Amino acid sequence: MIKHEVFEKNSIILLIGILIVVSIGGLIEIAPLFFLESTIEKVKGMRPYSPLELAGRNIYIREGCYNCHSQMIRSLKDEVERYGPYSLAAESMYDHPFQWGSKRTGPDLARVGSKYSDDWHREHLVNPRGIVPESVMPGYPFLLDTPLYYKDMKEHLEANRMVGVPYSDEMIETAMEDVRSQVDPDADTDGLLARYPKAQVRDFDGNPKVLSEMDALIAYLQMLGTLVDFSAYKADGPDLR
Amino acid sequence: MTREITANARLSVDGWVTAGALLIGAFYATLTAARTEDPVMSVHAYIFAGAFILGLFGIIKAYFDNSERLADQPAGTSIQYNLDIIKAGVIASVFWGIAGFLAGDTIAFQLAYPDLNFDTSFFNFGRLRPLHTSAVIFAFGGNVLIATSFYVVQRTCKARLPGTFAPWFVFWGYQLFIVIAATGYLMGATQGKEYAEPEWYTDLWLTLVWVVYLFVFLGTLWKRQEPHIYVANWFYLAFIATIAMLHIINNLAVPVSWTSSKSYILFAGVQDALTQWWYGHNAVGFFLTAGFLGIMYYFVPKRAGRPVYSYRLSIVHFWSLIFMYIWAGPHHLHYTALPDWAQTLGMTFSIMLWMPSWGGMINGLMTLSGAWDKLRTDPVLRMLVVSVAFYGMSTFEGPVMAIKAVNSLSHYTDWTIGHVHSGALGWVAYVSFGALYCLVPWLWNRTQLYSLKLVSYHFWISTFGILLYITSMWVSGILQGLMWRAYNDLGFLEYSFVETVEAMNPFYWIRAIGGAFFVVGALIMAYNLWRTARGDLRVESRSLPPEAVPSPVAAA
Amino acid sequence: MDYSDVSHFSQTWGLVYLVIMFLAGVVYALWPRNKDKFDHAANIPLEDD
Repeated sequence: MIKHEVFEKNSIILLIGILIVVSIGGLIEIAPLFFLESTIEKVKGMRPYSPLELAGRNIYIREGCYNCHSQMIRSLKDEVERYGPYSLAAESMYDHPFQWGSKRTGPDLARVGSKYSDDWHREHLVNPRGIVPESVMPGYPFLLDTPLYYKDMKEHLEANRMVGVPYSDEMIETAMEDVRSQVDPDADTDGLLARYPKAQVRDFDGNPKVLSEMDALIAYLQMLGTLVDFSAYKADGPDLR
Repeated sequence: MTREITANARLSVDGWVTAGALLIGAFYATLTAARTEDPVMSVHAYIFAGAFILGLFGIIKAYFDNSERLADQPAGTSIQYNLDIIKAGVIASVFWGIAGFLAGDTIAFQLAYPDLNFDTSFFNFGRLRPLHTSAVIFAFGGNVLIATSFYVVQRTCKARLPGTFAPWFVFWGYQLFIVIAATGYLMGATQGKEYAEPEWYTDLWLTLVWVVYLFVFLGTLWKRQEPHIYVANWFYLAFIATIAMLHIINNLAVPVSWTSSKSYILFAGVQDALTQWWYGHNAVGFFLTAGFLGIMYYFVPKRAGRPVYSYRLSIVHFWSLIFMYIWAGPHHLHYTALPDWAQTLGMTFSIMLWMPSWGGMINGLMTLSGAWDKLRTDPVLRMLVVSVAFYGMSTFEGPVMAIKAVNSLSHYTDWTIGHVHSGALGWVAYVSFGALYCLVPWLWNRTQLYSLKLVSYHFWISTFGILLYITSMWVSGILQGLMWRAYNDLGFLEYSFVETVEAMNPFYWIRAIGGAFFVVGALIMAYNLWRTARGDLRVESRSLPPEAVPSPVAAA
Repeated sequence: MDYSDVSHFSQTWGLVYLVIMFLAGVVYALWPRNKDKFDHAANIPLEDD
């Protein structure tokens, strides 16, 4: 058994053996998923995040919201009844990273958009127990006073394009302007809405003077799950359990 | 005496390389600090620059000290193990362990009493939770693994770690990684992927440190005077190599700019989810299991004074464990948008994984056959054995929870948290504590620990804490899962979400109190180890006879 | 080559790969000639130097 002799006496061969064992398994399991895009039809209505929504999403990530909130409605009867149609793969196709979460200390947020008013979100984020006495969520009053930093929005969109999000040259060019006009009800938003259909335009945090982090975060929360029109898709698909 | 320090050069080759790299690094970090507008990047650039300059001072100091040390070195043939690095690793392990446990108990109390968040950005649950998970897994667990792997590989290969500075680069580089990651979380720098939160530049730094770690480990294997590579080293090698692969692939990202702390992950959506949980579950499999099994396969036989029950079983354990773990990740994604076949595959392998896990557990436990009486007299051995029992328990619970029907109830609930902690506290922490209790007397040349009674106290107090923790999380997890899916007579969902949150409160208190017991236990250990290192010995009615305490006769 | 080809390949050859790897591991561990080596290796941690 020369092979076996070598195997234990030669650390490099042991190392290679380990690498083969662990890499082939992963490859067989994960690789097929990267061919998935070509077969899943693009779900109608999906579009990249508007710059303001993207900034809000980055705050969502920064504050670690994913530690307690999922964004993945499983294909189970009670979840669909509680949260809405189960999540489709295509709905997170522009999410770098995905935010499906693993724990629901708080409820799922995949379709939280437009369920509550902006005022509700603002008050709830500032003082959760003022709205929901039993809540265990931390408060985020500082978001209200912190102006949103968006000078490098262009670079953010460019980085997203590099990882595969289809931001056009025009979108990148107008990134900063789009941030401003999405919170300004008086702005000319035709361009913004053409670039980002269904984008919600208004002052989100109740303070038109400051473009705050709260504006961005609420803009993101209010768009979650609102892009796909589920009247066109079966709400309870065939594999609902 | 060795080739690392040649007679002429007072600085070894790896010293020159390290010094050069540190100089370049310090220069680049200073440049970044000057150019960046990102406050997080600015702080981190200064920390990097400061650490690199300190490293340079360290090397310069070694340069001047070296000539003296060369003269002191005996010309004998015995092996000069590098034990200083392990002492440092032991100290770091205890320090980060307590820091990580405290962070964990803090967030446990935050869930029970949310006003403790104080609603400031840096102290909120969302930022402290990654701080806790990273502190216990990477800071505590990582330091234990680096220290024990360096110890075990030297002793079982009868060879010194290669290089003078390379091992120290691994140690201090890893501490720097911890500091950067932890301060980043508090300032809000995160990739938003669980257990892979550090941002792109922190990941790059860790990659560099890890590659040097791999080479220091391999270098010791290459120098070995023992024909066979002992099985513990197989586990350590699988841990080091696989973590490198997982870390690199899961963290592929494009930074917003070279001076920005923010990046966007390369993969998106379902691909990112599967990559993440392939990483996440194998962080459990290779960091928290394979690495710590390396500890088990060395320290349990050593402490029990008998060889492992079946060496053959350990080989089957090794190959089947690393082979099966790598597939199990999709069980984190049951009933999600992941294709069904991948979910089923993940479930199947998770269930099969039960077999090698229990093979390993049996191997560890049966090593004591014929020496069970030692459990009565030696609380350190008791801790090691109970850790193996917890390993068996959580590797049974895991496959059960990976079954889709069970998972539909348990997923998103505290049951998962309880499961993780029965593995993390019962297995990972206990086997680490056992190893630390063994190592301190060996490294500091003490006949035995300061107090065995304190080990017993530590054991019972923290075992009580673990039981409070996992039982409360079982109840709260299953209760919440059932409440979420409960229907009333009219066919409507019976409970609103917030009613299920309210129902969790008593269990959150019990869990937080259980965690406090665990922290107290760890503090007792720290005190005991400190007194041991100082050379104190407490007079106790029952102490082990000297011949019952295994000691690897200090070399040289 | 599309998704169904690749996933079919995974779902069939993956199984073959599994069985071969497992058998290889078991054969290696149980191979009679390896016994002495393993017996020696098992005692490495207990040797004091």
